[in-house]
Amino acid sequence: MNAQLPTPNSQDGRARLNSLGVGRWALGIVLAGLGVVAVLAQAPQTPPPAEPTSQQPSEIQLVISGEPGTPPRFAVPDFVALSPDVADIAKTLGQVLWDDLNFEREFYMIPRDTYSTIPPARTPESVPFAAWRELGADAVVFGTVQKTDANNVRVQVRLFNVRSRQSVFAKEYTGSAATPRLYAHTVSDEIHQLQRALRGVARTKLTFASDRNREKVAGPVQNRDVKEVYIEDYDGENARRVTTNRQLNITPTWAPDARGIAYTSYRRGYPDIFIALIYQGLQETPTNGLGQNWLPMFSPDGTRICFTSNRDGNPELYVMNRDGSNVRRITNNPAIDTTPTWSPNGTQIAFTSDRAGTPQIYIVGVDGLNLRRITTNDSWADRPTWAPAPFNEIAYAGRTGPAFDIKVFDLASGETRQITFGEGSNESPAFSPNGRHIAFASTRSGRGTQIYTMGRDGKNVRQVTRDGNNYTPSWSN
Amino acid sequence: MVVLALVGACAKKKPVPVARAAPPPAATEPAPPAPAPPRPAERVEESIPVPEITEDAIGNRSLEDLNRDSPFRPAFFALDSSDLDDAGRAIVSANADIMKKYASWVVTIEGHCDERGTAEYNLALGERRAIVVKAYLVSLGVASDRLRTVSYGKEFPFDPGHAETAWSKNRRAHFVITSK
Repeated sequence: MNAQLPTPNSQDGRARLNSLGVGRWALGIVLAGLGVVAVLAQAPQTPPPAEPTSQQPSEIQLVISGEPGTPPRFAVPDFVALSPDVADIAKTLGQVLWDDLNFEREFYMIPRDTYSTIPPARTPESVPFAAWRELGADAVVFGTVQKTDANNVRVQVRLFNVRSRQSVFAKEYTGSAATPRLYAHTVSDEIHQLQRALRGVARTKLTFASDRNREKVAGPVQNRDVKEVYIEDYDGENARRVTTNRQLNITPTWAPDARGIAYTSYRRGYPDIFIALIYQGLQETPTNGLGQNWLPMFSPDGTRICFTSNRDGNPELYVMNRDGSNVRRITNNPAIDTTPTWSPNGTQIAFTSDRAGTPQIYIVGVDGLNLRRITTNDSWADRPTWAPAPFNEIAYAGRTGPAFDIKVFDLASGETRQITFGEGSNESPAFSPNGRHIAFASTRSGRGTQIYTMGRDGKNVRQVTRDGNNYTPSWSN
Repeated sequence: MVVLALVGACAKKKPVPVARAAPPPAATEPAPPAPAPPRPAERVEESIPVPEITEDAIGNRSLEDLNRDSPFRPAFFALDSSDLDDAGRAIVSANADIMKKYASWVVTIEGHCDERGTAEYNLALGERRAIVVKAYLVSLGVASDRLRTVSYGKEFPFDPGHAETAWSKNRRAHFVITSK
């Protein structure tokens, strides 16, 4: 525990770490139980009180590396319950953090069922580094949780470099005891940022349409299933229903601020676009019945929406401001033009059109100019999704035999790679905000249509939903 | 005087009780047994034809009943097509005749698709199918303000199966009576 602060003006990413209190944590530990919060709170302005001069190097190596050529090996044991009624939370924190860190595949995560021989540490001073080293760990997490009052907890987390026995990351959180997973998600995102300069997705959410509430649409035709908009954490936990109108509510898509969801609803008997402000319980109606409108897609800066409308007699693409003003038509063709997706810089739209006889993917400027077709080898290419920077790619659903598979078109090389291979039908690809993952809808389980996630290489497929049928995922920032 | 006479003549012409059948009983009530033919008070030289009232088996049904067992047949389409073939045009034409007979009905043409093709694209494909059928109905003389269109894409399959027998039933324009 001889960690020293990084020098305050050190280059690049280091300055950001000053507020993390890496070195100050050492002091905090001395005062453990007395004034950790206070010490951390004043840390950003106050240099640490004089500590004994250390023989250690003056800077901590913050990034933990593995053996040459291999990813660092991480261990995440259960957190330590410092008060008796938080044992379940302590276990959840360890498991969820392990899962979150595993998701990005940046570290080798040592399986948790191999930790049983290692005595649990009660304090950060007693972490058995030798035993962790024996297990091959390069990094180990030590965390604690305790009740601060009836409904709230304090969670403290440290990440140790097992070789140097230094703490390279230390954070403390307080808040509701009802959301233990959120603490683990937050820590995972912090560790990915610190160790890999990577924007993790542990706190992101998926939105999708689902018939899981098993209700029937009220109307003149019998026996039609309601679909409602739902959200879930990226890992499928914490499901919440967003719409409650018992009609068809489909194609939800996140606003870039991750606080609004635009979707297509038939609550008025025809498709129209609504925006749910999910944390306020409010609703915006930008198109408001001017023709029939569906499939909204926010521009990357959230100020505009591209959508499909029949207002001029044929499905065409339009762009409007988020409040419905300044509507401009960007396609003009008697064939179908639909399923828009924005380029990361907001200047181009990729979409599906059957103007050449079969559905194919085209790109056009937001001004309606410079149209070009990009897919040529598919009998049916549909529902493009533009990857966020730095990936210069468009994922889409291409017909392969009787069903669809997810393919990725590289805009620089013009090459296409297929990343699902005929397990059920695979549709509606949606990139994670860091571009490293794709959510999609698939029938592969044989139990209806479900949402899955996979790496952008098609590996690491994980089933997210299991209840009812679930369609058209969108991944939040 | 001439004008007045004409007005009088017109006014006299208006009530034509024979031509105008009595309004049918309310649709929701069970049909009463056919009224017994009125017994003539006394024998006359020429028999007067008994005015007959026949209930319109279709026109008197409720919207729910009509749509559950519809007088309209759906028109079907080929994969990824919104073109009406001869069979489709014949069906739409027969539906147009029914619409002309029941001139107060407002009909929504629903465009549907099979499960192939993506959920998103099929919303537009269903829209095209509904538009094509509406245009053909209008060309056959059905007033366009009686016709609505809506696409449900592949959201409401008629047959939930996963083979061509189901798909061919699901690629359809479905006619729903939305008011009468």
